[in-house]
Amino acid sequence: MDFPILSAVTFLPLAGAVLIMLIQALTGRQAEASGESDDRVLYAGLVFSIATFLVSVVMLFAFQADAPGYQLTENVPWFGGINYSMGVDGLSVALILLTTCLTPIALFASLGSIRHRLTEYVVAFLVLETFMIGVFCALDLVLFYVFFEAGLIPMFIIIGVWGGVDRIYASFKFFLYTLLGSLFMLAAIVYMYLAAGTSDIGALEQFAFDPGAQTWLFLAFFASFAVKLPMWPVHTWLPDAHVQAPTAGSVILAGVLLKMGGYGLLRFSLPMFPDASLMFQPFVFTLSVIAIVYASLVAWRQTDMKKLIAYSSVAHMGFVTLGIFSFNEVGVQGAVFQMVSHGLISGALFLIVGIVYDRMHTREISAYGGLANRMPVYATLFMIFTMANVGLPGTSGFVGEILTMTGAFQASTWAAAGAALGVIFSAVYMLTLYRRTVFGEITNPALAQIKDMSTRELICVVPLAAGTILFGIMPNLIFDITRASSLRVLSLMAGG
Amino acid sequence: MVDLETLLRAMAPEVVLAAAGLVGVLAGAILGDRFTGPSFRFGAIVLVGAAVLTGLHWEGGRAFDGLAQTGPFVNFAKIVSYLSAAVTLLMAEGFLRRHGTQRYEYALLMLFAALGIGTILSSANLMVLYLGIEMLSLSSYVLASFHRDSARSAEAGLKYFVLGALASGLLLYGISLVYGFSGGTDYETVAAAEPDIGLLFGMVLMITGLAFKVSAAPMHVWTPDVYEGAPSPVVAFFATAPKMAAMIVFAVIMFRAFPQVDAFKNWQVIIGIIAAASMLVGAFGALLQTNLKRLLGYSSIANMGYALVALAAGAEYGGPALLLFMTAYVVASLGLFGGVLSMHREGGMVENIHELSGLVRHRPALTLALSILIISVAGFPLAFGFLGKLAVVEAGLAAGLLPLIIILILSSVIAFGYYLRLILIMWVKEPVEPFEPVDAWVTGTVFATAIASVALFVFISPLSDLAQSAAASLAL
Repeated sequence: MDFPILSAVTFLPLAGAVLIMLIQALTGRQAEASGESDDRVLYAGLVFSIATFLVSVVMLFAFQADAPGYQLTENVPWFGGINYSMGVDGLSVALILLTTCLTPIALFASLGSIRHRLTEYVVAFLVLETFMIGVFCALDLVLFYVFFEAGLIPMFIIIGVWGGVDRIYASFKFFLYTLLGSLFMLAAIVYMYLAAGTSDIGALEQFAFDPGAQTWLFLAFFASFAVKLPMWPVHTWLPDAHVQAPTAGSVILAGVLLKMGGYGLLRFSLPMFPDASLMFQPFVFTLSVIAIVYASLVAWRQTDMKKLIAYSSVAHMGFVTLGIFSFNEVGVQGAVFQMVSHGLISGALFLIVGIVYDRMHTREISAYGGLANRMPVYATLFMIFTMANVGLPGTSGFVGEILTMTGAFQASTWAAAGAALGVIFSAVYMLTLYRRTVFGEITNPALAQIKDMSTRELICVVPLAAGTILFGIMPNLIFDITRASSLRVLSLMAGG
Repeated sequence: MVDLETLLRAMAPEVVLAAAGLVGVLAGAILGDRFTGPSFRFGAIVLVGAAVLTGLHWEGGRAFDGLAQTGPFVNFAKIVSYLSAAVTLLMAEGFLRRHGTQRYEYALLMLFAALGIGTILSSANLMVLYLGIEMLSLSSYVLASFHRDSARSAEAGLKYFVLGALASGLLLYGISLVYGFSGGTDYETVAAAEPDIGLLFGMVLMITGLAFKVSAAPMHVWTPDVYEGAPSPVVAFFATAPKMAAMIVFAVIMFRAFPQVDAFKNWQVIIGIIAAASMLVGAFGALLQTNLKRLLGYSSIANMGYALVALAAGAEYGGPALLLFMTAYVVASLGLFGGVLSMHREGGMVENIHELSGLVRHRPALTLALSILIISVAGFPLAFGFLGKLAVVEAGLAAGLLPLIIILILSSVIAFGYYLRLILIMWVKEPVEPFEPVDAWVTGTVFATAIASVALFVFISPLSDLAQSAAASLAL
């Protein structure tokens, strides 16, 4: 058996977390008092997350993009008929790289803004990274469920400990909402295991569930993924969680955790329940269009910057579901692209908000204005991401939106028309946000001495800007990785 | 004439427990207070020895002309029960010493309670079952009121006794009806009898009595009060060994004495209703509790509800699930009550959940261990409890009990609310005064059970295979 590279990518952050905890326990906790030694913990976490990123790059080179099916597989019996089974296809590889790339950025962005209980903070992020990567690697339903659920705990603690004023409420809402959806999925997983006699994802893709059962299984999985994604009307946990979470938490939440929903739909719902997916297409389209239009309008009226971006996430995830359920290559490829692209853009937007929040300790839009006068670099970068979020050609946001809409247009003209409305609205709310915070004269005297971005902040944001533009110009970088897998999902759906 | 070899094959651990209990009584009478210290270690060694003996006679056998019968299914439960009784006995010593109530009678009562557990698990006859239950119950009543100078403890003991006596009466009445309508008291005769209305009444009364013993709703009302009032190490015992034994014997009776599920108006429905009520009572009841012991009481009601789902699924599907789920529950409960016993401040024990505030600042390792145990008892991934719950869900779905599974899911989410609150209090709230250190047995139990919960999550395969094969013996 070859070197288990997927296990290495998955568990390297966990190993780092354990090591950091051990070192802390052995050297005593007096380090807590002095701020300087605390930062060392964060650097240690950073080293591990960057190492994970490097290993994931190695994985990318070991991965053969043009071969369909699962690669780099590992298989160890666990119990009963359930295996510890790992493997990746193009979809997973793209999302794993997104995860390993965003985690160090999120950790680095926390430097300076997180002041208390830094060890636990770093440990929580590293543990979370393990579970996120595990979700994308798991090739066994039960294993997938374990990673999928386990990630809730570190995120719960991140929001609950380092969050804003209403963090307790937000963390509970986040946890219980997601748990309710997931437990229905667990019942469905057990049912599938009993019906097919295996929980292996590869085998289940070939197994034909009868259409009646498919309907219920689809709904159970959909309950979980729709909450995670989130889709209207089960999106209400997201604005609360985003507003209360610390900046880095929001970056991971928007950048990676939401993508698990889209990943789940592509990995399970379409290949395993093709009949039910077809049957529910109009239903999902309706929800997606409502999400796009409604969330955009709600975003427009927000006075809190983070809440605005949170609602914009709901709208952009609407494009993902639209693309997935158009059941054609353009739509599915667009949806995958949109997920990666939204991970970069929304992650960056939360960082952008975090930068001024660290200086002013408010997220109220009305407290800002005229930032361009004092922060030209910031204004420039903010402009790039505003345009990317609107979907300006040349940025990755454009590629995702145009493809998902093209895909949806082939499936349903009305859905595409509704989604197009959302694109217009997205320009409205993003440009309003940008105008009110960046342009104009400085009206708030507190802003008179605000400083432009520091080197550390630039290191966090610039790579994301580079990625957004790079993928906007050369989208094939992603399509080459995901094409074979997207086609495979569609062929499984047609053949099943 | 009792054939010694057959007897030992079937009931060696019980013989040892009975003999050791009597030796202990003699030793206590001769040595007096000098026996107090050694008695706890003596009791623990005997209990561990009983567990080892059970393991050596894994296949079991019949004894006393068929009055007793053992096999892998009940032996699995015996081993878990004896070991957990040994752990709770060791955890009790320091607690009782601090309260000035350390007496050798405690250890002996534990031995006799364990003998009661062994008897009910070995029973193949309703009379033996009743004797065992009485032996366990009478020891338990005394243990519950062991702090006889404390009004709370005395109240707990009295409450437990009055309600327990009522339940025993119901059980006995049920047994007498079953005897009258089937013509015998051994399980096989009952199973072979023509099902009629009298037998049905008897069965329902027996279910009522047994539901009291496993503290399933609506016979659960004693649980929170007794959990709150009785001395903590005694509650640790109540929550583990007798629960395991009573649940398994409940299953044995239903599977072996009443195998004709349909003939008895489908007892699945009766058990299912009790299960659903327990899950909901446990989930909602705990939401507003601030006393940790009361909260754990409701948590155990909910968990018994989950176990009853497996019971309702029948022997074929539910057997292995019951063993796995109950073992996971016992392991996690031992650790959680170790946590309760760790809450010691100058001036005595504290029990309010807010006393745990900010525990992570003073005792990070203890907090992590307790969090793992809470996750396990809540049935969340990364701990043994999840696999137990997974097995229950699997059993329930395989038996087609979809409504019960939906109730299980909903009540799990609700129950998670209070488990999360505990985690939140420990990790997020501002710290209060630190706890005084307690004896190594308690701390050791918390860490050992936490490690076991994670280890058994990863390396579950041998245990689940064992439960699988143990339950297979039941079907024969």
